[in-house]
Amino acid sequence: MRQSITLGKVTKFVGLGFLTTFKDLFTGKLEKEDLKGFLRKIVVPIASVFLFIGLWHMGAKYLYNTEAEFKIQKALTDQGPEAAEAMRECIASGDLSCKPNTLPSPAQVWESYKSLLKDHQIISADKANFIEKTATLNEKRIAAGKDPIVYTGRPSFVDQILRSLKTVFAGFLLALLIAVPLGIFIGLSPTLKSAFNWFIQIFKPVSPVVWYLLVFMIVKTILIDSSDDSSFTISFISVGLCSMWATLVNTAMGVSTVDKDYINVAKVLKLGAFQKVFKVVLPSSLPLIFTGLKITLSVAWMVLIAIELLAQSPGLGSFVWEEFQNGANDSNAKIIVAMFVIGIIGFLLDRLMLTIQNMVSFNKTEAI
Amino acid sequence: MAYLELNNIYKTYGQGDDATQVLSNINLSIEEGEFVAIVGFTGSGKTTLVNLINGLLEPTSGEVLFKGEPVKGTSHERGVIFQNYSLLPWLTVGQNIYMAVKEVFPKKRKQDLKEVVDDYVEMVGLTPAINKRPKELSGGMRQRVAVARALAMQPEMIIMDEPLGALDALTRGNLQDEILKIWEKDRRTALLITNDVDEGIYMADRIIPLRPGPNATLGPEFKIDIERPRDKTELNDNPNFKKTRNAIIEYLMDIGDARKAEAKAPIKLPDLAPKSFVDQFEFKL
Repeated sequence: MRQSITLGKVTKFVGLGFLTTFKDLFTGKLEKEDLKGFLRKIVVPIASVFLFIGLWHMGAKYLYNTEAEFKIQKALTDQGPEAAEAMRECIASGDLSCKPNTLPSPAQVWESYKSLLKDHQIISADKANFIEKTATLNEKRIAAGKDPIVYTGRPSFVDQILRSLKTVFAGFLLALLIAVPLGIFIGLSPTLKSAFNWFIQIFKPVSPVVWYLLVFMIVKTILIDSSDDSSFTISFISVGLCSMWATLVNTAMGVSTVDKDYINVAKVLKLGAFQKVFKVVLPSSLPLIFTGLKITLSVAWMVLIAIELLAQSPGLGSFVWEEFQNGANDSNAKIIVAMFVIGIIGFLLDRLMLTIQNMVSFNKTEAI
Repeated sequence: MAYLELNNIYKTYGQGDDATQVLSNINLSIEEGEFVAIVGFTGSGKTTLVNLINGLLEPTSGEVLFKGEPVKGTSHERGVIFQNYSLLPWLTVGQNIYMAVKEVFPKKRKQDLKEVVDDYVEMVGLTPAINKRPKELSGGMRQRVAVARALAMQPEMIIMDEPLGALDALTRGNLQDEILKIWEKDRRTALLITNDVDEGIYMADRIIPLRPGPNATLGPEFKIDIERPRDKTELNDNPNFKKTRNAIIEYLMDIGDARKAEAKAPIKLPDLAPKSFVDQFEFKL
């Protein structure tokens, strides 16, 4: 008997169960007794979002006024009452030269978000144009055995998001490929465990910055002949090394603490060593391995920003840093936009892992 | 020579001062085709005894002989039904049994193996649930899967470690009947470990009480002279049943009382009396 797949099951499976309540609201399926649930699941979150934006708005206004007042007072004490009056008028007119530089309001952030999108459209149009123009020339160059001309313009915000995602996935994959097999071996063999334990305990708490420097020292020398940009290689390796520990420890733990009953089954069935690992040990430790991988992915996304910033690798990290250095009038708002984008992508990555976990593991995990 | 023989088995856990002797001086012999039940209190070392026989544990001293050969590790010839089912939760009912069958008959074709699985699933009446995972089944159904898995391996001897211990009385009765029905078909040697005297009498040819541990040892055996197939309802009026049941329970109660008495052995208290301080102080008024 096949069970029917409903929207409710799918959303619950991927950890976005609240979407179903929305659907029920619009299709009129919501029963009266569900009203409490409706209040809790829909009204409360929406209200808290508005409350958050309201508090943010008021806070931003307060900070703006404090900064403006300070500027006027400073003009008064330094240059006299006329300069103070001029400053007051200047601030009131919204002129960029004297605008107080502080926490941007929600409205400003929204404007910056729109301008970043517009900027992306302009840049991608420019890029398409460039590719079209150089197409024939590039064909000739390739035919002549030369490197084709590539677009070297400024990356847009969306390009940087994609680049960051690429870095984080490369790093995550590296962490997965190192930590899962190593964790399995460590979990299976007490000898390996005692050989590696000091290593794990010492390197686990090392900061992302130090990892970056370490990887930089090594990769720089290895790629000494290459003229390519090594910043991507360095950043993804650093991200991988930084984030793999949770998976390593969880895998080793999961593998070494398989339920004794299952081991007894393996013994009674006389499974070979290989079979025992693949048919009993690994399936039973999958929930723990996935818990580790989920932590690894969120740590990877978190340290990515710091590492991109250091490595000068284009991406959200360097976007934030450049905007901070830039100090244009909407830089602060752009930094806040980047903050929300980072947060939302982090949330989606977590749900993605949860979905994969629920697909492959016997032990269903509820979203938090 | 007996089919299964245990000679002077001692089993100790731990070493040095921490050592606890669980089993001592266990002697047991089971003939081919016999159904033997071992009855004992919880914690008396029943599971240890079972694990020694199926090869999951090795005795500290003494030997376990199966068909004259010393037992070294587990074997497909001795099927085990565990107390807590021990089904792999990520596999379906069919897959759990298939995995076992495939290990025992590695040379058979996949199609034949599937048929074996289907047969045994049908035998325990779980065909509608063959694609379900253990989590979706009730306790009784899970234990049936465990029974099917053990039998599908077609062992020469079947060892049951309190297989029905965790089930409610009704399911218990049903499963007892089913296990007996399956056993009657080819009368393989069977060893049942249980804490239920009635279950032992209903199912077995011979009951041996296990005296409670530490230092558990086997008591005198009780033969059950009741014709098979046995009827549960008639059994209650059977004078033979009553007599055997009373004898076994009396024996177990006596051990229990003896143990309690041991525990209650008077501890010699130090002879203390309150000291009188009255004379030590001089009161000057």
